Amino acid sequence: MSAAASDPAISVAGLVKHYGPTKAVDGLSFDVARGEVFGLLGPNGAGKTTTVETLEGYRDPDAGTVRVLGLDPVRNAPALRPRIGVMLQEGGLYPGLKPLELLRLFAAYYDDAESPESLLDTVGLRDAANTSVRRLSGGQKQRLSLAAALIGRPEVVFLDEPTAGMDPHARATTWQLVRDLRDRGVTVLLTTHAMDEAEQLCDRVAIVTGGKLAALGSPAELTRHAVSDEIWFAAAPGLDVLAIGRALGLGGDGVVEDRVVEDRPGEYVIRAPGTPERIADLACFLRDENVTLAALQAGRRSLEEVFLQITAEEAR
Amino acid sequence: MKTGALAAQTRAETILQLRRGENLVVTLAIPLGILVFFAKIDSVTTAGFAHPVDFLVPGVLSLAVMASAMVSLGIATGFERRYGVLKRLGSTPLSRGGLLISKTATVLGLEILQILLVVVVGVAIGWDVPAGIVPAVGLLLLGTIAFAGIGMLMAGTLRAEANLAAANGLFLVLLFLGGMAYPLDKLPTALQDFAKALPAAALSETVRSVLSAHAFPTGELAVLIAWAVGAPLLAARYFRWEE
Repeated sequence: MSAAASDPAISVAGLVKHYGPTKAVDGLSFDVARGEVFGLLGPNGAGKTTTVETLEGYRDPDAGTVRVLGLDPVRNAPALRPRIGVMLQEGGLYPGLKPLELLRLFAAYYDDAESPESLLDTVGLRDAANTSVRRLSGGQKQRLSLAAALIGRPEVVFLDEPTAGMDPHARATTWQLVRDLRDRGVTVLLTTHAMDEAEQLCDRVAIVTGGKLAALGSPAELTRHAVSDEIWFAAAPGLDVLAIGRALGLGGDGVVEDRVVEDRPGEYVIRAPGTPERIADLACFLRDENVTLAALQAGRRSLEEVFLQITAEEAR
Repeated sequence: MKTGALAAQTRAETILQLRRGENLVVTLAIPLGILVFFAKIDSVTTAGFAHPVDFLVPGVLSLAVMASAMVSLGIATGFERRYGVLKRLGSTPLSRGGLLISKTATVLGLEILQILLVVVVGVAIGWDVPAGIVPAVGLLLLGTIAFAGIGMLMAGTLRAEANLAAANGLFLVLLFLGGMAYPLDKLPTALQDFAKALPAAALSETVRSVLSAHAFPTGELAVLIAWAVGAPLLAARYFRWEE
């Protein structure tokens, strides 16, 4: 029954799942290799949570097959449950227990659990050890939920929007935990809305829209061919966008307006390809105006832009 | 399933029960309060009972079981369903069977505490422990199954707030119609017939008869058995683990 090490940790083949007349997942297929950190991206309602919950054994597929560690999550549940860790999108914690009590309870379910005390330290909840769960902040609850997913030393971890509601510090802690999991060879399947999270953490991502696979690959692969014909930079807010346009020679056809815009305060978009000459002209302008450049992107689109483009195309 | 997991689960469920103040009110304070208050005001002196406490102790034991198995278990389970706890436990090695065993052990533990307190308080105000205490415990177990079935049916089908209201409301109705604090024959005849079809009166009347050597009411026992079979079956059929 147990799968070979070269077999995928997770395999989804032709998964279909309906809720009444709605097709939540519509023929989705992908594999996740052992030790891989895999991101499932998509707009709300794309079928991400349904897919994850099918892998966790909560839902039976209407069609297609899913396997986790070579096992059927529903029919082989008793064999699979000790080997997976689950973080639900929300809830799952007894409001009346304290974090340490909760982790000790979850540790009792597994044969070789981590130490509840040290895991509480790892997720930064030592100070909240004696606060009941109902009085924890949203981010603290998320971290406790993450700790509960990891307490049984799982081989495969499912994290459904793990950093939603976390402050930047907790987010960084969580990212580090995911990297540590990868270093230990643990397979991680996570869903997220944060493209920077996917870019930072995931070996590969699948972009899902309308229950179907829209793109699959590493973040670098997905962005490699997405050539941008825009320059984006960040600097002090309130720069003279018309002057920038003239400095970059964008006034030649007489329409400088709208070629350079301040998209958000201090963030500028130049609607022209980022040729070496234009970048040099921009640098000269900033030198002459004594403006410090905070960030610059040209040539390649970010994963976020690729995501928005793909999901917008699918929506049409 | 590990026995360590069952022990830890039962311990956690028991801690949670003891931390809920409203739970202690309904499972301990209300039954003991009714026992002492109605014994003192002596409103229930009925034919065949030398002392009101002889009537009240069997009724209050039945009330205590109803409070633990239906109200306490049902409300806790309803909120665990609301907060996704039941769902989350479904992906741990603690199976649903393990969870049900732990919940059963938690209810039985609470009932043992209740029975001890009711007996101690009853004796303190003049109750003599009769020989029928062993069959009475058997009947209380049967009542536990019936009330747990009703509590879990509501917890697994209603929203948490509706379940809270329904469990407390039903507790009050069954207390009034259960022959627990005062005899059923104080009710209008039509209401008596209705009350006799409900599990509360069936439990208190059968427990009272084995504790007082009155004629055993086989009709009431049949009603109690019907509830103990039907309610858990309905709960198993309609219980939804996610709200």
